[in-house]
Amino acid sequence: MPNRQRAILILVSLSLLAVASFGLALMVGSYQVAPAEVLAALLGQAGGAGDIVLQLRLPRALAGFACGGLLALAGALMQVLLRNPLADPYVLGISGGAGVGAMFAILIGLPTLGIDGLAFAGALGAMFLVFGLAHGDGSWTQTRLLLTGVIVAAGCGALVALMLSIAPDTKLRGMLFWLMGDLAQAGSSWPPLLALAIALTLAMPFARELNLLARGMMQAQALGVAVNRLRYAIFLLASLATAASVTTAGSIGFVGLVVPHLVRLATGNDQRLLLPASVLAGGSMLVLADTLARTVIAPQQLPVGVLTALIGVPVFLFLLSRQPK
Amino acid sequence: MSSPLIETRQLVVEVGGRCVVNHLDLAVAAGERVAILGRNGAGKSTLLSTLAGLRKPAAGAVLLDGEDCLLMPPRQAALCRAWLGQFQTDPFGSTVLETALTGRHPHLGRWDWESTRDAELARNALQAVGLAGMEKRQIHTLSGGERQRLAIATLLTQAAPLYLLDEPLSHLDLNHQMAVLELFASAARDCGAGLIMVLHDPALAHRFCDRALLLYGDGRTESGAVDAILTAKTLSELYGYGLRQLEDAGHRCFIPE
Repeated sequence: MPNRQRAILILVSLSLLAVASFGLALMVGSYQVAPAEVLAALLGQAGGAGDIVLQLRLPRALAGFACGGLLALAGALMQVLLRNPLADPYVLGISGGAGVGAMFAILIGLPTLGIDGLAFAGALGAMFLVFGLAHGDGSWTQTRLLLTGVIVAAGCGALVALMLSIAPDTKLRGMLFWLMGDLAQAGSSWPPLLALAIALTLAMPFARELNLLARGMMQAQALGVAVNRLRYAIFLLASLATAASVTTAGSIGFVGLVVPHLVRLATGNDQRLLLPASVLAGGSMLVLADTLARTVIAPQQLPVGVLTALIGVPVFLFLLSRQPK
Repeated sequence: MSSPLIETRQLVVEVGGRCVVNHLDLAVAAGERVAILGRNGAGKSTLLSTLAGLRKPAAGAVLLDGEDCLLMPPRQAALCRAWLGQFQTDPFGSTVLETALTGRHPHLGRWDWESTRDAELARNALQAVGLAGMEKRQIHTLSGGERQRLAIATLLTQAAPLYLLDEPLSHLDLNHQMAVLELFASAARDCGAGLIMVLHDPALAHRFCDRALLLYGDGRTESGAVDAILTAKTLSELYGYGLRQLEDAGHRCFIPE
């Protein structure tokens, strides 16, 4: 039975995990910083390692946490919206649209702000395209939405491939890193953190209604959920959360798919717990993966998306193989 | 006499451009039990979901407790009627108790969690359908009949004054068919619940309902007291197959000729 105390206990443990992941991210790197020095830097005492911790590692860890949280939240919401446990934040073409925007911006040589701006515009464009096409005749069924999203994503994939194939060699590396997802390109960490806080605040009041929606649209409507309104809201919320993350760090894969599954395995499918727990777990996982990406073959850095995929694929296959309990 | 739990005014229901119910006036008061009978595709389920306010009628109106159900907030409607659909699909795991507890949704505030009292209601409902002791089972390990009884338990947990049941007996074996019908009959008798259900067996409709509504599939409908309307003659025409009527101890039975 769903229970508030148990939920709080799980959320507190996951918060500790998040704190631990930050600790590790601030200490570890090509230059090791002792725990005491990290603490001193965070408390504002000027010291040797202060700049590395505050200027380099903390913003990157914060951006990583925000992106991981946004992706996990968007993934959990998409899975409910499409009533499909295999849905992820990118299934409806949001990252494809952002990819087209970002590739174009890199291709014509725009600065970081321009890349971010066009990526976000591309994500919004894909979102409205899917929304408009899927909603065309007012039916707005799960299958229609899913198919429209998959087709739009495929179209975006083709455009991205086109731009990659005509891009000069000097720009190719940056484009590939963007596509794989890379936190080194993250600018300020405040926009994604703000987006995460807003998205979670907007989603939580509807968590119990999402539980019902996951069980079926007619059943949910019969039990008192304004289903159509809720589904529009979830679509917009999940899409904007994905867009915020993709704009910050490129299309990091597997966090949005695997984290809600992992959390569901541990906590059950009550969205009142699943949503905040996914945010904490997704954020922590991405911070840890990014720390690994910075250190595995330091001083060279890997794009974090490669690591999340390398971790995510076996974890997901394992989960899939034990699904029929 | 209090106002009816549900009332239709000149209700027109269409499926894919075909009119299946034409200008129906129906009222069901507390304690009344109505069976809907008709061939496959005659529009029984469509009519039932229209009565539940889950589908827009082509014309006319459905009033729940005197209010147009399409203008009512969904949560208020959920306190007026409970609807049992024909299909249960469960893409995500959940326990039996959690599923039964979803019936409490309309009774809870936005930030409320289910209380021990809600859990008690859900446990009683599970016991009523013979699922006591299975609270912790995952729903995808249930058999078809058990899943159907869980859906009925969820409906009982919702505790609405009007039950709209679409084939409540599907997947159920004989003893559970009778148990479920007895359960709803006693809800009507003892708690004044209204009952509208789609049934396939006219004999059970005769035994457990006061009135029957026959859908001919072309827009024609016919309703009346079960004794008067559930006869070999009308049913033979309804199903398009000759039926013979037998009677035993006040129960009617219909066998194909």
